[in-house]
Amino acid sequence: MLPYLIKRLGSLIVSLFVASLVIFACIEIVPGDPASFMLGVNAQPDTVNALREELGLNTSHTQRYVSWISGLLKGDLGTSYTYRSPVSDIVADRLQVSVPLALYALTLTILIAFPVGVLAAAWRGSAVDLFVMGATQLGIAVPNFWFAILMVIVFAINLGWFSAGGFPGWDAGILAVIKALTLPAVALALPQASILARVMRSSLLDTLSEDYIRSARAKGLSRRQVMWRHALRNAMIPVLTIIGLQFSFLLAGAIIIENVFFLPGLGRLVFQAITQRDLIVVESVVMLLVFAVVLVNFLVDLAYAWVDPRLRERS
Amino acid sequence: MKRLLLSTAIVLTANAVCAKTTDVIVGLQLEPPHLDPTSAAAGAIDQVLYSNVFEGLTRFGPDGSVNAGLAESWNISDDGLTYTFKLRSGVIFHDGSSFGSEDVVFSLNRARAEDSTNAQKALFAGIDNVEAVDATTVKVTLKAPQGNFLFNMAWGDAVIVAEESIADIKSSPIGTGAFRFGEWKQGDSISLERNMDYWGNAAALESATFKFISEPTAAFAAMMAGDIDAFYGYPAPENLAQFEADPRFQVLAGNTEGETILAINNKMEPFDDVRVRKAVSMAIDRQSIIDGAMFGYGTPIGSHFAPHHPDYIDLTGNAPFDPGAAKALLAEAGYPEGFTTTLKLPPPSYARRGGEIIAAQLRDIGIETEISNLEWAQWLEQAFRGYDYGLTIVSHTEPMDIGIYARPEYYFQYDNADFQALIKELSIESDPAKRSQMLQKAQTIISEDYVNGYLFQLALTSVVNAKLSGFWKDAPTQAVDLTAVSWSQ
Repeated sequence: MLPYLIKRLGSLIVSLFVASLVIFACIEIVPGDPASFMLGVNAQPDTVNALREELGLNTSHTQRYVSWISGLLKGDLGTSYTYRSPVSDIVADRLQVSVPLALYALTLTILIAFPVGVLAAAWRGSAVDLFVMGATQLGIAVPNFWFAILMVIVFAINLGWFSAGGFPGWDAGILAVIKALTLPAVALALPQASILARVMRSSLLDTLSEDYIRSARAKGLSRRQVMWRHALRNAMIPVLTIIGLQFSFLLAGAIIIENVFFLPGLGRLVFQAITQRDLIVVESVVMLLVFAVVLVNFLVDLAYAWVDPRLRERS
Repeated sequence: MKRLLLSTAIVLTANAVCAKTTDVIVGLQLEPPHLDPTSAAAGAIDQVLYSNVFEGLTRFGPDGSVNAGLAESWNISDDGLTYTFKLRSGVIFHDGSSFGSEDVVFSLNRARAEDSTNAQKALFAGIDNVEAVDATTVKVTLKAPQGNFLFNMAWGDAVIVAEESIADIKSSPIGTGAFRFGEWKQGDSISLERNMDYWGNAAALESATFKFISEPTAAFAAMMAGDIDAFYGYPAPENLAQFEADPRFQVLAGNTEGETILAINNKMEPFDDVRVRKAVSMAIDRQSIIDGAMFGYGTPIGSHFAPHHPDYIDLTGNAPFDPGAAKALLAEAGYPEGFTTTLKLPPPSYARRGGEIIAAQLRDIGIETEISNLEWAQWLEQAFRGYDYGLTIVSHTEPMDIGIYARPEYYFQYDNADFQALIKELSIESDPAKRSQMLQKAQTIISEDYVNGYLFQLALTSVVNAKLSGFWKDAPTQAVDLTAVSWSQ
């Protein structure tokens, strides 16, 4: 197990290094100078230059890359060009919204997808299955921002049960936070749940046609017992893979939903930073997300080993 | 736990009931990048802080007039070179330190220093020396007489800051205004609290919150659901009729300083020929752009000057909508079949929506445009600094900025020695009658040279709760002055 872990760790470090190079190169070649953006159309060239000097933009690419990376290694994400505060503080603020939102949406996704997927697989070809297949098709096809706007009109404007958006902050209490995140989480969860339910269903169907299932049935186990004891656990691997991908997506990919509900999340931070050419924020946040994705994948690998003893023994 | 929940619920409902007389939540589309109005161009900084938190020697009134601010009065020497400001006494900054002449000296010297990052450094370029005569008197000496010096000092970029608090100004601004800075939840909101030690009339509101909502549909929902009390510069004109019909709201439609122009690259062929520029101007039907892109909000203009200004003259007649005449002009200039050029559009809806309409109108006289949508940073790089464009649409929001036509390196590259001489004369003229005459002449010159296609004066539309009063209708500067805002019962 140990050599395997070391090997994985090594490849993890290499992929992070390569990612850092790619991110830096991509963002540095994006046209647009942060200083002239901040100073606008009336600024004089010497003023722009003074600001470039202040922001450290007049140094070479290599110098900037080295200082960025050495900062990252020490846990220093740099200082935002526009906000002029440490990127780590800004990101920490945004994570207070993005992490709970992603977890909330993921929980809803699983709560919806598991029973629905199992039901559809168990009653394959029945009216239930047909309904599930149709509904999930719709769930994937309907853009989630449109669904979000619809929910705002019904639940916020007409019924007044929720506010139309915004985040009250954790000081306001857990109830207020849950209330603020419910509509966005539902909007995020529906398409994800549709995807996951379909994966769950097809994975279960694949497993159910395996020889060992037939053997188990021949041994005298009921359909239900086979489903719970043998099929479900073996069908989990593709499902876990998808859940891992969905969490990474929900963490940073909620930009549109964050905009619809004006939530101060990570996606909106990156979006704003790109338009304002706050390059250091973009670089550091993207790097952090790469790290998160790599980490989630690693955890998913561990989870594989947990559901499938063969993987444990092989390594 | 149950008791805790119950008390939270009571506090929440209690807030909802009484908050509405002393507190206001104002929606804004853009969030300030930081909180120092003296080192960035972002209008959002001024919207939140100008006049509320920071004040200058002079200040803009709701109608654009220049009034006394931290300077109670002033004397101008006969040669127009020396301004002696008498400062208000008893003014204190929000951190408790007192305001005096040394703060004015510091602020003005900081703005014009060599390493200054003031986005409007040109406002201070004419200052030769700033001197504190005594604790409440400041003498400013100019290099040459400057007709609009008092006007310049009213800008958000010229507000008075204190040396003691300058280090942290970007995150915790300390000014002298009627509101003190409260809290900034980045990405979400900024709150202000009433300054009980204010030198003037205290604000009616105890606190105010600016909430940042960039998405037009979200702005609509927040307003309709009552999450916010006002939206300043409401981003979706298509919803305004619905708000107007709803008795819970009032719609304020006022003027801004934004001359929206179809900027033309004057040095680029074929636009270096005035007949081609004139043809472009005459191919444009301003009213259909105002109706189509701005849902009817906006005033047609014929030059680079705000219609609500007393020195404005209506020059829209110089380029009436006449595609036939435009086509003839193109033929005369040697382009009977028309030509192809680029039309680069920055993000605001006036540009994106207006661009499509203008492209169609130009096609009617044979000019094909290749439209590209740019972000602001790209636009600055390509069009503004790189001169790499044929046509572009921009609203110039700085007040009284006709002087940009005297800068031959400015992105539309208009180089006219007579105009440059006129602006030079204007800058040292302080006689109001003569200034007025010169300003009218300046408007006429650029209008008759068809430097740019002059489209319309950008309107400011705000949606406000019907029980609120005291918001500015017009925007002589980018400010949401809350000092006079109050709830009626």
